[in-house]
Amino acid sequence: MFTLYDVPVRSRLLLGTARYPSPMILTEAVQASGTEVVTVSLRREAAGERAGQAFWSLVRELGVRVLPNTAGCHTVKEAVTTAHMAREVFGTRWVKLEVIGEEDTLQPDVFGLVEAARILCAEEFEVFPYTTEDLTVAERLLAAGCRVLMPWGSPIGSGHGLNNLFGLKALRARFAQVPLIIDAGIGVPSHAAQALELGFDAVLINTAVSQAADPARMAGAFAQAVAAGREAFLAGPIEPRDMAVPSSPVVGTALLS
Amino acid sequence: MHATIIGAGVAGLACAVELAERGASVEVLERAESFERAGCSWFAGGMLAPWCERVSSPAHIVALGDEGFAWWAERYPAMVRRGTLVLAHARDTAELKQFARRTERYQWLDAAGITALEPDLEGRFEQGLFFPEEAYIDPRAALAALAERLTGLGATIRFGAETPPAHAESGRCVIDCTGLGARAVLTDLRGVKGEMLHVQAPDVTLTRTIRVLHPRTPVYIVPRGEGRYMIGATMIESDQASRVSARAMLELLGAAYALHPAFAEAEIVEIGTGVRPAFPDNLPRLTRRNGTLYVNGLFRHGFLAAPALARRAAEFVLEGREAPEVMQ
Repeated sequence: MFTLYDVPVRSRLLLGTARYPSPMILTEAVQASGTEVVTVSLRREAAGERAGQAFWSLVRELGVRVLPNTAGCHTVKEAVTTAHMAREVFGTRWVKLEVIGEEDTLQPDVFGLVEAARILCAEEFEVFPYTTEDLTVAERLLAAGCRVLMPWGSPIGSGHGLNNLFGLKALRARFAQVPLIIDAGIGVPSHAAQALELGFDAVLINTAVSQAADPARMAGAFAQAVAAGREAFLAGPIEPRDMAVPSSPVVGTALLS
Repeated sequence: MHATIIGAGVAGLACAVELAERGASVEVLERAESFERAGCSWFAGGMLAPWCERVSSPAHIVALGDEGFAWWAERYPAMVRRGTLVLAHARDTAELKQFARRTERYQWLDAAGITALEPDLEGRFEQGLFFPEEAYIDPRAALAALAERLTGLGATIRFGAETPPAHAESGRCVIDCTGLGARAVLTDLRGVKGEMLHVQAPDVTLTRTIRVLHPRTPVYIVPRGEGRYMIGATMIESDQASRVSARAMLELLGAAYALHPAFAEAEIVEIGTGVRPAFPDNLPRLTRRNGTLYVNGLFRHGFLAAPALARRAAEFVLEGREAPEVMQ
């Protein structure tokens, strides 16, 4: 159990709702994942006219908490406007804040991110910023009022897993008390397990599940990996060593030849 | 048997043709004044691409779509069966591999193979997938051909017609093919908006459907003859059948331009948008409700799946034969 803005959450797997073959398969994946939090992106043209109601009510009916996101926003103003719409549509103060800085890697614009976080926190949003592993940016986001951070593993949808282990470990060590959710880049369940083994609080997965040949089955696989990774973290993994360490005692071994 | 078909989109006309060909006396009622306003069929791509669609649909769609080739070839001889060419830019090669893993009945092409099929694409792509059995039709011409066939069979099509809530009288069957119009009855229907455009591109010659894969904005380009191409289509969870966003046009035109720079010289001749009716599983189905048969949820598979659904609808209405795979 961990908490996100004072809300206790049991499942450490968060799921995105974009790009599933159908809403029905999305529903099956959510059920198989055991997730309690799903992210939803708003297309602004759909939000304006309330024309996306059918899909959104479907998401609401999943019976899980909705974390609206500002996916695809490139400027502070766009992100803030989208957050306002999301609050209205989903009736939640939660918002996953994305301000995209670079078209090829979809890497966050951390300057715009901090600025947008400041604005939204002042308006009493509970902000989940999609950020890099940069320690200084993390400091600034926390100073802006964020109480959760979502560092990337690798670029969105790339499936490369945890790209900068050194940086991510440093982030975990530096902010031991802040819920850290690995967002973006997870490709297969072993990546997710690794994140949890390192002590990250949770992972957010979208593409790796929605674009799998069998999304529901993949969601179930991720649920197991996340549970295993968390258990391993709690169980205390061994330190890697440079030399072999025999697991059975050498002294006193019978000589059979 | 007297049959009233409500809705003159591709589902309605295909059902009407199937029934009329089997000797039923058919009338089609359409609320709109013309095909142009009669729903999303007018804006469709017209791709008969069941094997490509397998990438995001169950095998079931392939089986339904496979029935469509012969049906269309007979009723719309202008159908072009030259296959589908699926391409991705070098940086998106992973998309191509994933597409290949999920689909079937294709062959891998190298640069020379692509050039052999479409000389205008010479030097632009290193690899692609070719689905030789797929085809395309011009949806507007195909709707007209079906209408003409219906007239020939003695059926009537009434535009601007009153279409009261469908109800069956004795000796008369009613088939409702009104897409989102049937939402009051089929409450789990939703709309998936699509935006498209037509360009006149005299400097580009492409002779078959081209799909360009992209992680965010996959696009297809379908020849419409005489230098005209349809570029489509967005997929947005929305019921709004109006308003085309600048973003959509940027994405579609950007993808066309990346396919071939000569698309920059093209003239934009039409921009359109429609809303596809879809059930939660994005699969089409026949639903019986109060004596009316609803043929709905054709989503992005209207021209692909309409013949198979129409055949099953006719068999059910005339012979009582059930089709469990598409019936509810």
